[in-house]
Amino acid sequence: MSMSSTELQELARKCRVEIVKMVYRAQAGHPGGSLSEIDLIAALYANYLRVKPDSPDWEDRDRFILSKGHASPGMYAILAEMGFISKQDLESYRVLGGVCQGHVDMKWCPGVDFSAGSLGMGLSFGMGCAISGRLKNSERQIFVMLGDGEIQEGSIWEAAMAAKHHELGNLKVILDRNRIQNDDFCETQMRMFDIPAKWQAFGWSVKEINGHDMDEVVEGLDFLKNTNDNPAILIAHTVKGKGVSYMEDNPSFHGAAPNDEQFAIAMAELGEVVN
Amino acid sequence: MTRMAATRDGYGQALLDLADNEKVVVLEADLGKSTKSLHFRKQYPERTISCGIGEQNMLLTAAGLASSGFIPFASTFAIFTERAFEQMRNGVARPNLAVHLCGSHGGTHTGTDGSSAQSIEDLAIFRTLPNVVVLHPCDDVSTRLLTMQLADLSQPSYTRTARNKTPVMYDGRESEIEIGKGVIIKQGTDVAIIACGVMVSESIKAAEQLISEGISATVIDMHTIKPLDEELIETMAKSCGAIVTAEDHNIIGGLGGAVAEYLSSNIPTPLERVGVKDRFGESGQADEMLDLMEISSPHIASAAIRAINRKK
Repeated sequence: MSMSSTELQELARKCRVEIVKMVYRAQAGHPGGSLSEIDLIAALYANYLRVKPDSPDWEDRDRFILSKGHASPGMYAILAEMGFISKQDLESYRVLGGVCQGHVDMKWCPGVDFSAGSLGMGLSFGMGCAISGRLKNSERQIFVMLGDGEIQEGSIWEAAMAAKHHELGNLKVILDRNRIQNDDFCETQMRMFDIPAKWQAFGWSVKEINGHDMDEVVEGLDFLKNTNDNPAILIAHTVKGKGVSYMEDNPSFHGAAPNDEQFAIAMAELGEVVN
Repeated sequence: MTRMAATRDGYGQALLDLADNEKVVVLEADLGKSTKSLHFRKQYPERTISCGIGEQNMLLTAAGLASSGFIPFASTFAIFTERAFEQMRNGVARPNLAVHLCGSHGGTHTGTDGSSAQSIEDLAIFRTLPNVVVLHPCDDVSTRLLTMQLADLSQPSYTRTARNKTPVMYDGRESEIEIGKGVIIKQGTDVAIIACGVMVSESIKAAEQLISEGISATVIDMHTIKPLDEELIETMAKSCGAIVTAEDHNIIGGLGGAVAEYLSSNIPTPLERVGVKDRFGESGQADEMLDLMEISSPHIASAAIRAINRKK
Protein backbone atom coordinates (compact mmCIF):
# COMPACT_ATOMS: atom_id res chain seq x y z
CA MET A 1 0.00 0.00 0.00
CA SER A 2 1.34 3.30 -1.08
CA MET A 3 1.95 6.21 1.29
CA SER A 4 0.48 9.64 0.56
CA SER A 5 2.74 12.66 0.20
CA THR A 6 1.80 13.73 3.71
CA GLU A 7 2.67 10.34 5.12
CA LEU A 8 5.98 10.33 3.23
CA GLN A 9 6.80 13.75 4.64
CA GLU A 10 6.24 12.45 8.15
CA LEU A 11 8.38 9.37 7.42
CA ALA A 12 11.18 11.62 6.18
CA ARG A 13 10.83 13.84 9.25
CA LYS A 14 11.29 10.85 11.55
CA CYS A 15 14.36 9.83 9.54
CA ARG A 16 15.78 13.35 9.84
CA VAL A 17 15.52 13.13 13.61
CA GLU A 18 17.43 9.83 13.60
CA ILE A 19 20.07 11.21 11.24
CA VAL A 20 20.87 14.09 13.55
CA LYS A 21 20.79 11.82 16.60
CA MET A 22 23.22 9.35 15.02
CA VAL A 23 25.72 12.01 14.08
CA TYR A 24 25.33 13.75 17.45
CA ARG A 25 25.90 10.51 19.40
CA ALA A 26 28.94 9.56 17.31
CA GLN A 27 30.20 13.17 17.26
CA ALA A 28 31.20 12.38 13.71
CA GLY A 29 29.61 11.64 10.36
CA HIS A 30 27.86 13.34 7.49
CA PRO A 31 24.57 15.03 8.32
CA GLY A 32 24.38 17.45 5.37
CA GLY A 33 24.11 14.92 2.56
CA SER A 34 21.91 12.64 4.63
CA LEU A 35 19.39 15.41 5.18
CA SER A 36 19.43 16.40 1.49
CA GLU A 37 18.82 12.88 0.22
CA ILE A 38 16.29 11.65 2.77
CA ASP A 39 13.02 12.75 1.15
CA LEU A 40 14.04 10.82 -1.97
CA ILE A 41 15.23 7.71 -0.15
CA ALA A 42 12.22 7.61 2.17
CA ALA A 43 9.76 7.79 -0.72
CA LEU A 44 11.78 5.23 -2.70
CA TYR A 45 11.75 2.66 0.10
CA ALA A 46 8.17 3.30 1.17
CA ASN A 47 6.49 3.25 -2.24
CA TYR A 48 8.78 1.81 -4.89
CA LEU A 49 11.48 -0.68 -3.92
CA ARG A 50 10.53 -4.36 -4.16
CA VAL A 51 12.42 -5.56 -1.08
CA LYS A 52 11.64 -7.82 1.87
CA PRO A 53 12.92 -6.61 5.26
CA ASP A 54 12.56 -10.13 6.70
CA SER A 55 14.51 -11.56 3.76
CA PRO A 56 17.09 -8.92 2.85
CA ASP A 57 19.04 -11.25 0.54
CA TRP A 58 15.99 -12.24 -1.54
CA GLU A 59 17.66 -12.77 -4.90
CA ASP A 60 15.08 -11.07 -7.07
CA ARG A 61 14.80 -7.88 -5.02
CA ASP A 62 15.25 -4.42 -6.45
CA ARG A 63 18.63 -3.00 -5.53
CA PHE A 64 19.34 0.33 -3.91
CA ILE A 65 22.95 1.38 -4.14
CA LEU A 66 23.95 4.36 -2.04
CA SER A 67 27.05 5.35 -3.96
CA LYS A 68 27.54 8.48 -1.83
CA GLY A 69 28.14 6.09 1.04
CA HIS A 70 29.16 8.73 3.57
CA ALA A 71 25.49 9.78 3.69
CA SER A 72 24.88 6.54 5.52
CA PRO A 73 22.81 7.95 8.41
CA GLY A 74 20.03 8.65 5.91
CA MET A 75 20.08 5.06 4.71
CA TYR A 76 20.31 3.56 8.20
CA ALA A 77 17.36 5.68 9.30
CA ILE A 78 15.11 4.37 6.53
CA LEU A 79 16.37 0.79 6.96
CA ALA A 80 15.31 1.01 10.60
CA GLU A 81 11.92 2.47 9.66
CA MET A 82 11.41 -0.36 7.17
CA GLY A 83 12.46 -3.02 9.66
CA PHE A 84 15.72 -4.23 8.08
CA ILE A 85 17.50 -3.23 11.27
CA SER A 86 16.24 -2.16 14.70
CA LYS A 87 16.10 1.35 16.13
CA GLN A 88 18.64 0.05 18.65
CA ASP A 89 21.02 -0.73 15.79
CA LEU A 90 21.14 2.97 14.94
CA GLU A 91 23.11 3.46 18.14
CA SER A 92 25.89 1.37 16.64
CA TYR A 93 26.67 4.04 14.04
CA ARG A 94 30.48 4.39 13.92
CA VAL A 95 30.81 2.21 17.04
CA LEU A 96 33.24 -0.72 17.09
CA GLY A 97 31.49 -3.88 15.92
CA GLY A 98 28.32 -2.04 14.95
CA VAL A 99 26.14 -2.92 11.94
CA CYS A 100 26.04 0.80 11.12
CA GLN A 101 29.58 1.28 9.84
CA GLY A 102 30.74 4.80 9.00
CA HIS A 103 30.01 4.18 5.34
CA VAL A 104 27.29 1.71 4.30
CA ASP A 105 28.70 -1.78 3.99
CA MET A 106 26.98 -4.86 2.56
CA LYS A 107 29.05 -7.14 4.77
CA TRP A 108 27.84 -5.47 7.94
CA CYS A 109 24.29 -4.24 7.53
CA PRO A 110 21.19 -6.15 6.34
CA GLY A 111 19.50 -4.41 3.44
CA VAL A 112 22.68 -2.79 2.16
CA ASP A 113 23.50 -3.95 -1.37
CA PHE A 114 26.85 -2.26 -1.87
CA SER A 115 29.94 -1.51 0.21
CA ALA A 116 30.40 2.17 -0.40
CA GLY A 117 32.78 4.80 0.90
CA SER A 118 34.89 5.53 -2.14
CA LEU A 119 33.10 7.88 -4.50
CA GLY A 120 32.40 7.11 -8.15
CA MET A 121 31.95 3.36 -7.71
CA GLY A 122 28.24 2.75 -7.24
CA LEU A 123 27.07 3.35 -10.78
CA SER A 124 29.44 0.74 -12.21
CA PHE A 125 28.40 -1.72 -9.51
CA GLY A 126 24.77 -0.96 -10.34
CA MET A 127 25.55 -1.74 -13.97
CA GLY A 128 26.68 -5.20 -12.95
CA CYS A 129 23.45 -5.68 -10.99
CA ALA A 130 21.42 -4.44 -13.95
CA ILE A 131 23.16 -6.79 -16.39
CA SER A 132 22.58 -9.62 -13.90
CA GLY A 133 18.86 -8.82 -13.85
CA ARG A 134 18.73 -8.90 -17.62
CA LEU A 135 20.66 -12.19 -17.84
CA LYS A 136 18.18 -13.73 -15.39
CA ASN A 137 15.14 -12.31 -17.21
CA SER A 138 14.20 -10.58 -13.98
CA GLU A 139 11.95 -7.54 -13.62
CA ARG A 140 14.18 -6.19 -10.86
CA GLN A 141 15.13 -2.55 -11.03
CA ILE A 142 18.42 -1.06 -9.90
CA PHE A 143 18.43 2.37 -8.24
CA VAL A 144 21.72 4.18 -7.65
CA MET A 145 21.98 7.34 -5.57
CA LEU A 146 24.85 9.62 -6.62
CA GLY A 147 26.03 12.86 -5.09
CA ASP A 148 26.63 15.84 -7.32
CA GLY A 149 30.23 16.27 -6.22
CA GLU A 150 30.67 12.56 -6.85
CA ILE A 151 30.11 12.90 -10.59
CA GLN A 152 33.46 14.69 -10.78
CA GLU A 153 34.95 11.18 -10.60
CA GLY A 154 35.89 10.10 -14.12
CA SER A 155 34.71 6.54 -13.73
CA ILE A 156 31.11 7.80 -13.37
CA TRP A 157 31.29 8.74 -17.02
CA GLU A 158 32.80 5.38 -18.00
CA ALA A 159 29.71 3.85 -16.45
CA ALA A 160 27.30 6.39 -17.94
CA MET A 161 28.63 5.60 -21.41
CA ALA A 162 28.60 1.86 -20.84
CA ALA A 163 25.07 1.79 -19.40
CA LYS A 164 23.72 3.40 -22.56
CA HIS A 165 25.87 1.17 -24.78
CA HIS A 166 24.26 -1.84 -23.13
CA GLU A 167 20.79 -0.17 -23.15
CA LEU A 168 20.26 -0.85 -19.46
CA GLY A 169 16.67 0.29 -19.08
CA ASN A 170 16.55 -1.29 -15.63
CA LEU A 171 19.24 1.07 -14.31
CA LYS A 172 18.02 4.23 -12.61
CA VAL A 173 20.03 7.03 -11.02
CA ILE A 174 18.94 9.61 -8.47
CA LEU A 175 21.33 12.54 -8.36
CA ASP A 176 21.30 14.45 -5.09
CA ARG A 177 22.08 17.90 -6.45
CA ASN A 178 22.75 19.66 -3.15
CA ARG A 179 25.50 21.88 -4.62
CA ILE A 180 27.97 21.29 -1.78
CA GLN A 181 30.90 18.89 -1.47
CA ASN A 182 33.49 18.25 1.22
CA ASP A 183 35.57 21.40 1.10
CA ASP A 184 33.11 23.94 -0.26
CA PHE A 185 30.38 24.63 -2.80
CA CYS A 186 30.68 22.54 -5.98
CA GLU A 187 30.79 25.74 -7.98
CA THR A 188 34.04 26.64 -6.23
CA GLN A 189 35.61 23.18 -6.26
CA MET A 190 34.81 22.09 -9.81
CA ARG A 191 32.28 23.79 -12.02
CA MET A 192 30.08 21.21 -13.70
CA PHE A 193 28.05 23.48 -16.00
CA ASP A 194 25.00 21.88 -17.59
CA ILE A 195 24.59 18.57 -15.76
CA PRO A 196 21.28 17.54 -17.41
CA ALA A 197 22.80 18.17 -20.86
CA LYS A 198 25.78 15.99 -20.00
CA TRP A 199 23.58 13.00 -19.17
CA GLN A 200 21.39 13.65 -22.18
CA ALA A 201 24.50 13.69 -24.34
CA PHE A 202 25.40 10.26 -22.95
CA GLY A 203 21.99 9.04 -24.13
CA TRP A 204 20.16 8.96 -20.80
CA SER A 205 16.57 9.98 -20.12
CA VAL A 206 16.63 12.94 -17.76
CA LYS A 207 14.12 14.59 -15.47
CA GLU A 208 14.63 17.40 -12.94
CA ILE A 209 12.64 17.94 -9.77
CA ASN A 210 12.70 19.72 -6.44
CA GLY A 211 13.94 16.93 -4.20
CA HIS A 212 12.11 18.22 -1.14
CA ASP A 213 8.65 18.68 -2.68
CA MET A 214 7.11 15.29 -2.01
CA ASP A 215 4.62 15.56 -4.89
CA GLU A 216 7.52 16.20 -7.25
CA VAL A 217 9.56 13.42 -5.64
CA VAL A 218 6.74 10.97 -6.33
CA GLU A 219 6.41 12.24 -9.87
CA GLY A 220 10.16 11.85 -10.33
CA LEU A 221 10.31 8.33 -8.93
CA ASP A 222 7.32 7.40 -11.14
CA PHE A 223 9.40 8.62 -14.08
CA LEU A 224 12.33 6.38 -13.06
CA LYS A 225 10.15 3.35 -12.41
CA ASN A 226 8.32 3.68 -15.70
CA THR A 227 11.31 4.45 -17.93
CA ASN A 228 12.31 0.92 -18.84
CA ASP A 229 13.63 1.30 -22.37
CA ASN A 230 16.55 3.54 -21.47
CA PRO A 231 18.82 4.28 -18.51
CA ALA A 232 17.25 7.17 -16.64
CA ILE A 233 18.43 9.81 -14.21
CA LEU A 234 16.38 11.92 -11.83
CA ILE A 235 18.23 15.11 -10.99
CA ALA A 236 16.84 16.19 -7.65
CA HIS A 237 17.60 19.77 -6.66
CA THR A 238 18.06 19.67 -2.92
CA VAL A 239 19.38 21.71 -0.04
CA LYS A 240 22.30 20.29 1.90
CA GLY A 241 21.35 19.96 5.57
CA LYS A 242 17.63 20.38 4.75
CA GLY A 243 15.45 20.69 7.84
CA VAL A 244 18.02 22.03 10.28
CA SER A 245 18.37 25.78 9.84
CA TYR A 246 22.05 26.23 10.64
CA MET A 247 23.06 23.20 8.54
CA GLU A 248 21.12 24.27 5.45
CA ASP A 249 23.33 25.26 2.53
CA ASN A 250 26.29 25.29 4.90
CA PRO A 251 29.45 23.50 3.70
CA SER A 252 30.61 23.20 7.33
CA PHE A 253 28.00 20.52 7.96
CA HIS A 254 29.02 18.20 5.14
CA GLY A 255 30.97 16.18 7.66
CA ALA A 256 30.58 17.63 11.14
CA ALA A 257 28.46 16.84 14.19
CA PRO A 258 26.31 19.31 16.11
CA ASN A 259 27.31 20.26 19.65
CA ASP A 260 24.86 20.04 22.59
CA GLU A 261 23.28 23.40 21.93
CA GLN A 262 23.02 22.81 18.19
CA PHE A 263 21.54 19.39 18.78
CA ALA A 264 18.77 20.86 20.93
CA ILE A 265 17.99 23.42 18.24
CA ALA A 266 17.86 20.67 15.59
CA MET A 267 15.48 18.52 17.63
CA ALA A 268 13.19 21.49 18.22
CA GLU A 269 13.18 22.41 14.55
CA LEU A 270 12.43 18.83 13.56
CA GLY A 271 9.54 18.69 16.01
CA GLU A 272 11.15 16.12 18.27
CA VAL A 273 10.76 16.29 22.04
CA VAL A 274 13.97 15.22 23.80
CA ASN A 275 13.93 14.35 27.46
CA MET B 1 61.04 -31.11 -28.71
CA THR B 2 59.42 -29.10 -25.96
CA ARG B 3 56.02 -27.69 -26.86
CA MET B 4 55.92 -23.88 -26.65
CA ALA B 5 52.78 -21.97 -25.70
CA ALA B 6 51.63 -18.73 -24.13
CA THR B 7 49.89 -18.72 -20.77
CA ARG B 8 47.24 -16.34 -22.10
CA ASP B 9 46.08 -19.11 -24.44
CA GLY B 10 45.49 -21.30 -21.39
CA TYR B 11 43.27 -18.56 -19.98
CA GLY B 12 41.24 -18.35 -23.19
CA GLN B 13 40.82 -22.12 -23.26
CA ALA B 14 39.73 -22.23 -19.63
CA LEU B 15 36.92 -19.74 -20.26
CA LEU B 16 35.63 -22.00 -23.04
CA ASP B 17 35.91 -25.04 -20.80
CA LEU B 18 33.94 -23.21 -18.09
CA ALA B 19 31.21 -22.04 -20.42
CA ASP B 20 28.79 -24.85 -19.54
CA ASN B 21 28.45 -23.15 -16.18
CA GLU B 22 25.87 -20.49 -17.02
CA LYS B 23 26.98 -18.38 -14.08
CA VAL B 24 30.28 -17.69 -15.82
CA VAL B 25 30.38 -14.28 -17.48
CA VAL B 26 33.30 -12.58 -19.20
CA LEU B 27 34.20 -8.90 -19.16
CA GLU B 28 36.54 -7.17 -21.56
CA ALA B 29 38.10 -3.74 -21.82
CA ASP B 30 38.91 -3.75 -25.54
CA LEU B 31 41.76 -6.23 -25.18
CA GLY B 32 39.94 -9.54 -25.57
CA LYS B 33 41.96 -10.37 -28.65
CA SER B 34 45.11 -10.04 -26.58
CA THR B 35 44.01 -11.63 -23.30
CA LYS B 36 42.28 -14.39 -25.32
CA SER B 37 38.80 -13.97 -23.93
CA LEU B 38 37.77 -13.41 -27.55
CA HIS B 39 37.14 -17.13 -28.03
CA PHE B 40 34.47 -17.01 -25.32
CA ARG B 41 33.02 -13.83 -26.78
CA LYS B 42 32.66 -15.42 -30.21
CA GLN B 43 30.71 -18.38 -28.86
CA TYR B 44 28.86 -16.70 -25.98
CA PRO B 45 28.31 -13.05 -26.94
CA GLU B 46 25.29 -12.76 -24.61
CA ARG B 47 27.52 -13.56 -21.63
CA THR B 48 30.38 -11.30 -22.69
CA ILE B 49 30.28 -7.68 -21.58
CA SER B 50 32.29 -5.10 -23.43
CA CYS B 51 33.32 -2.32 -21.08
CA GLY B 52 35.14 -0.30 -23.71
CA ILE B 53 38.49 1.11 -22.67
CA GLY B 54 37.38 1.52 -19.07
CA GLU B 55 39.05 -0.73 -16.54
CA GLN B 56 37.60 0.93 -13.45
CA ASN B 57 34.06 0.47 -14.69
CA MET B 58 34.87 -3.12 -15.70
CA LEU B 59 36.03 -4.15 -12.22
CA LEU B 60 32.95 -2.77 -10.50
CA THR B 61 30.53 -4.07 -13.10
CA ALA B 62 32.10 -7.44 -12.38
CA ALA B 63 31.56 -6.83 -8.66
CA GLY B 64 27.88 -6.10 -9.27
CA LEU B 65 27.57 -9.32 -11.25
CA ALA B 66 29.30 -11.31 -8.51
CA SER B 67 26.97 -9.82 -5.89
CA SER B 68 24.07 -11.09 -8.00
CA GLY B 69 25.31 -14.67 -8.19
CA PHE B 70 27.42 -14.68 -11.34
CA ILE B 71 31.07 -15.72 -11.65
CA PRO B 72 32.79 -12.91 -13.54
CA PHE B 73 36.12 -13.26 -15.31
CA ALA B 74 37.51 -9.86 -16.30
CA SER B 75 40.73 -9.32 -18.19
CA THR B 76 42.96 -6.65 -19.60
CA PHE B 77 46.71 -6.07 -19.74
CA ALA B 78 48.39 -6.55 -16.37
CA ILE B 79 49.57 -2.96 -16.46
CA PHE B 80 46.01 -1.63 -16.86
CA THR B 81 44.64 -3.69 -13.98
CA GLU B 82 46.78 -1.42 -11.84
CA ARG B 83 44.64 1.54 -12.94
CA ALA B 84 41.68 -0.15 -11.24
CA PHE B 85 43.56 -1.04 -8.07
CA GLU B 86 41.30 0.92 -5.76
CA GLN B 87 38.22 -0.56 -7.42
CA MET B 88 39.74 -3.97 -6.75
CA ARG B 89 40.47 -2.93 -3.18
CA ASN B 90 37.25 -1.22 -2.17
CA GLY B 91 34.74 -2.70 -4.60
CA VAL B 92 35.92 -6.31 -4.85
CA ALA B 93 38.34 -7.38 -2.09
CA ARG B 94 36.70 -5.55 0.80
CA PRO B 95 33.22 -7.08 0.27
CA ASN B 96 34.99 -10.32 -0.74
CA LEU B 97 33.17 -10.70 -4.05
CA ALA B 98 34.48 -13.54 -6.20
CA VAL B 99 35.60 -11.48 -9.18
CA HIS B 100 38.44 -13.04 -11.15
CA LEU B 101 40.77 -10.52 -12.70
CA CYS B 102 43.37 -11.58 -15.25
CA GLY B 103 46.23 -9.35 -16.31
CA SER B 104 47.93 -10.54 -19.46
CA HIS B 105 51.20 -9.31 -20.97
CA GLY B 106 52.76 -9.10 -17.50
CA GLY B 107 56.41 -8.42 -16.82
CA THR B 108 59.30 -7.14 -18.90
CA HIS B 109 59.07 -10.35 -20.95
CA THR B 110 56.16 -8.73 -22.80
CA GLY B 111 58.88 -7.05 -24.80
CA THR B 112 58.83 -4.49 -27.55
CA ASP B 113 55.86 -2.41 -26.42
CA GLY B 114 58.31 -0.97 -23.93
CA SER B 115 58.17 0.11 -20.32
CA SER B 116 54.64 1.54 -20.33
CA ALA B 117 53.29 -1.96 -20.99
CA GLN B 118 55.65 -3.92 -18.76
CA SER B 119 53.90 -4.40 -15.45
CA ILE B 120 56.45 -5.13 -12.74
CA GLU B 121 54.30 -4.16 -9.74
CA ASP B 122 51.08 -6.15 -10.18
CA LEU B 123 51.96 -9.17 -8.04
CA ALA B 124 53.09 -6.92 -5.21
CA ILE B 125 50.09 -4.64 -5.13
CA PHE B 126 47.43 -7.31 -5.43
CA ARG B 127 49.21 -9.42 -2.83
CA THR B 128 48.62 -6.67 -0.29
CA LEU B 129 44.83 -6.99 -0.57
CA PRO B 130 43.04 -9.15 2.02
CA ASN B 131 40.91 -11.95 0.52
CA VAL B 132 42.65 -11.84 -2.88
CA VAL B 133 44.33 -14.96 -4.31
CA VAL B 134 47.29 -14.14 -6.56
CA LEU B 135 48.41 -16.51 -9.31
CA HIS B 136 51.21 -16.37 -11.87
CA PRO B 137 51.34 -19.66 -13.78
CA CYS B 138 54.23 -20.70 -16.01
CA ASP B 139 52.53 -22.50 -18.90
CA ASP B 140 49.27 -22.83 -20.77
CA VAL B 141 48.30 -26.13 -19.13
CA SER B 142 48.60 -24.84 -15.57
CA THR B 143 46.96 -21.53 -16.49
CA ARG B 144 43.97 -23.39 -17.90
CA LEU B 145 43.63 -25.64 -14.86
CA LEU B 146 44.15 -22.90 -12.29
CA THR B 147 41.66 -20.62 -14.04
CA MET B 148 39.10 -23.41 -14.04
CA GLN B 149 39.67 -23.96 -10.32
CA LEU B 150 38.98 -20.26 -9.71
CA ALA B 151 35.36 -20.76 -10.70
CA ASP B 152 34.85 -22.76 -7.48
CA LEU B 153 36.57 -20.19 -5.29
CA SER B 154 34.48 -18.01 -2.97
CA GLN B 155 36.97 -15.15 -2.97
CA PRO B 156 38.44 -12.83 -5.60
CA SER B 157 41.65 -13.43 -7.51
CA TYR B 158 44.27 -11.85 -9.68
CA THR B 159 46.07 -13.96 -12.29
CA ARG B 160 49.01 -12.72 -14.30
CA THR B 161 49.53 -14.29 -17.70
CA ALA B 162 52.20 -13.59 -20.30
CA ARG B 163 52.11 -12.55 -23.92
CA ASN B 164 54.97 -14.65 -25.27
CA LYS B 165 55.40 -18.40 -25.61
CA THR B 166 57.36 -20.35 -23.05
CA PRO B 167 58.16 -24.06 -22.67
CA VAL B 168 55.22 -26.21 -21.52
CA MET B 169 55.84 -28.00 -18.22
CA TYR B 170 52.65 -29.80 -17.42
CA ASP B 171 51.68 -31.95 -20.41
CA GLY B 172 50.95 -35.26 -18.66
CA ARG B 173 51.32 -33.68 -15.21
CA GLU B 174 47.90 -32.03 -15.07
CA SER B 175 46.92 -33.67 -11.78
CA GLU B 176 49.67 -31.80 -9.91
CA ILE B 177 48.02 -28.41 -10.39
CA GLU B 178 46.19 -27.04 -7.41
CA ILE B 179 45.72 -23.45 -6.19
CA GLY B 180 48.00 -22.83 -3.22
CA LYS B 181 50.33 -25.78 -3.86
CA GLY B 182 53.77 -25.21 -5.31
CA VAL B 183 55.09 -27.92 -7.62
CA ILE B 184 58.57 -29.46 -7.57
CA ILE B 185 59.51 -29.45 -11.24
CA LYS B 186 63.03 -30.75 -10.69
CA GLN B 187 64.43 -32.28 -7.52
CA GLY B 188 67.89 -31.33 -6.19
CA THR B 189 69.74 -31.14 -2.89
CA ASP B 190 71.98 -28.05 -2.66
CA VAL B 191 69.67 -25.13 -3.33
CA ALA B 192 65.98 -24.57 -4.07
CA ILE B 193 65.03 -22.14 -6.82
CA ILE B 194 61.49 -20.92 -6.29
CA ALA B 195 60.14 -19.31 -9.44
CA CYS B 196 56.93 -18.14 -11.04
CA GLY B 197 55.71 -17.46 -14.55
CA VAL B 198 58.23 -17.16 -17.35
CA MET B 199 61.05 -17.56 -14.84
CA VAL B 200 60.25 -21.22 -14.20
CA SER B 201 61.79 -22.29 -17.50
CA GLU B 202 64.72 -19.93 -16.95
CA SER B 203 65.24 -21.58 -13.57
CA ILE B 204 65.32 -25.03 -15.15
CA LYS B 205 67.99 -23.77 -17.55
CA ALA B 206 69.89 -22.39 -14.56
CA ALA B 207 69.65 -25.75 -12.78
CA GLU B 208 71.11 -27.44 -15.88
CA GLN B 209 73.95 -24.89 -15.97
CA LEU B 210 74.63 -25.54 -12.28
CA ILE B 211 75.22 -29.26 -12.89
CA SER B 212 78.58 -28.43 -14.51
CA GLU B 213 79.50 -26.59 -11.30
CA GLY B 214 78.66 -29.74 -9.36
CA ILE B 215 75.52 -28.18 -7.88
CA SER B 216 72.22 -29.98 -7.60
CA ALA B 217 69.27 -27.59 -7.62
CA THR B 218 65.59 -28.05 -6.93
CA VAL B 219 63.23 -25.99 -9.10
CA ILE B 220 59.81 -25.11 -7.80
CA ASP B 221 56.94 -23.60 -9.74
CA MET B 222 55.29 -21.32 -7.19
CA HIS B 223 52.30 -20.48 -9.37
CA THR B 224 50.33 -19.28 -6.35
CA ILE B 225 51.93 -16.20 -4.81
CA LYS B 226 49.10 -15.90 -2.30
CA PRO B 227 48.26 -17.89 -0.29
CA LEU B 228 51.93 -18.91 -0.24
CA ASP B 229 52.77 -22.61 0.07
CA GLU B 230 54.66 -22.13 3.32
CA GLU B 231 54.87 -25.84 4.04
CA LEU B 232 56.81 -26.46 0.83
CA ILE B 233 59.13 -23.52 1.51
CA GLU B 234 59.84 -24.83 4.98
CA THR B 235 60.63 -28.28 3.57
CA MET B 236 63.00 -26.72 1.03
CA ALA B 237 64.68 -24.52 3.63
CA LYS B 238 65.37 -27.62 5.72
CA SER B 239 66.42 -29.98 2.92
CA CYS B 240 68.45 -27.57 0.73
CA GLY B 241 69.47 -24.90 3.25
CA ALA B 242 69.64 -22.19 0.60
CA ILE B 243 66.92 -20.56 -1.47
CA VAL B 244 66.72 -18.44 -4.60
CA THR B 245 63.58 -16.73 -5.84
CA ALA B 246 63.14 -15.80 -9.50
CA GLU B 247 60.48 -13.56 -10.96
CA ASP B 248 59.94 -11.18 -13.87
CA HIS B 249 58.74 -8.51 -11.46
CA ASN B 250 60.18 -5.76 -9.33
CA ILE B 251 62.41 -7.21 -6.63
CA ILE B 252 60.24 -5.32 -4.15
CA GLY B 253 57.10 -6.99 -2.91
CA GLY B 254 56.54 -9.91 -5.29
CA LEU B 255 57.38 -13.60 -4.95
CA GLY B 256 60.81 -12.83 -3.49
CA GLY B 257 59.26 -10.49 -0.98
CA ALA B 258 56.67 -13.06 0.03
CA VAL B 259 59.27 -15.80 0.50
CA ALA B 260 61.57 -13.43 2.41
CA GLU B 261 58.71 -12.49 4.74
CA TYR B 262 58.03 -16.13 5.50
CA LEU B 263 61.64 -17.22 5.93
CA SER B 264 62.74 -14.29 8.07
CA SER B 265 59.93 -14.84 10.56
CA ASN B 266 59.95 -18.62 10.64
CA ILE B 267 63.10 -20.31 9.43
CA PRO B 268 65.90 -17.87 8.58
CA THR B 269 67.71 -19.31 5.56
CA PRO B 270 70.20 -17.84 3.07
CA LEU B 271 68.01 -16.29 0.36
CA GLU B 272 68.96 -14.59 -2.91
CA ARG B 273 66.21 -12.81 -4.83
CA VAL B 274 66.36 -12.55 -8.61
CA GLY B 275 64.04 -9.89 -9.99
CA VAL B 276 63.87 -6.53 -11.70
CA LYS B 277 66.12 -4.26 -9.65
CA ASP B 278 63.65 -1.46 -8.96
CA ARG B 279 63.88 0.06 -12.41
CA PHE B 280 61.71 0.39 -15.50
CA GLY B 281 62.24 -1.54 -18.69
CA GLU B 282 62.44 -0.48 -22.32
CA SER B 283 61.64 -1.88 -25.77
CA GLY B 284 63.32 -5.15 -26.63
CA GLN B 285 62.69 -8.79 -27.44
CA ALA B 286 61.56 -11.00 -24.56
CA ASP B 287 64.89 -12.79 -24.13
CA GLU B 288 66.79 -9.51 -24.50
CA MET B 289 64.68 -8.06 -21.70
CA LEU B 290 65.49 -10.92 -19.33
CA ASP B 291 69.20 -10.36 -20.00
CA LEU B 292 68.94 -6.58 -19.65
CA MET B 293 67.07 -6.94 -16.36
CA GLU B 294 69.67 -9.49 -15.16
CA ILE B 295 67.05 -12.13 -14.46
CA SER B 296 67.86 -14.70 -17.18
CA SER B 297 69.25 -18.14 -16.36
CA PRO B 298 72.94 -17.19 -15.84
CA HIS B 299 71.85 -14.64 -13.25
CA ILE B 300 69.74 -17.24 -11.48
CA ALA B 301 72.69 -19.65 -11.49
CA SER B 302 74.99 -16.98 -9.99
CA ALA B 303 72.40 -16.23 -7.32
CA ALA B 304 72.25 -19.94 -6.48
CA ILE B 305 76.01 -20.07 -5.96
CA ARG B 306 75.84 -16.96 -3.76
CA ALA B 307 73.08 -18.48 -1.66
CA ILE B 308 74.98 -21.74 -1.24
CA ASN B 309 78.14 -19.86 -0.22
CA ARG B 310 76.15 -18.19 2.53
CA LYS B 311 75.31 -21.51 4.18
CA LYS B 312 77.02 -21.88 7.53
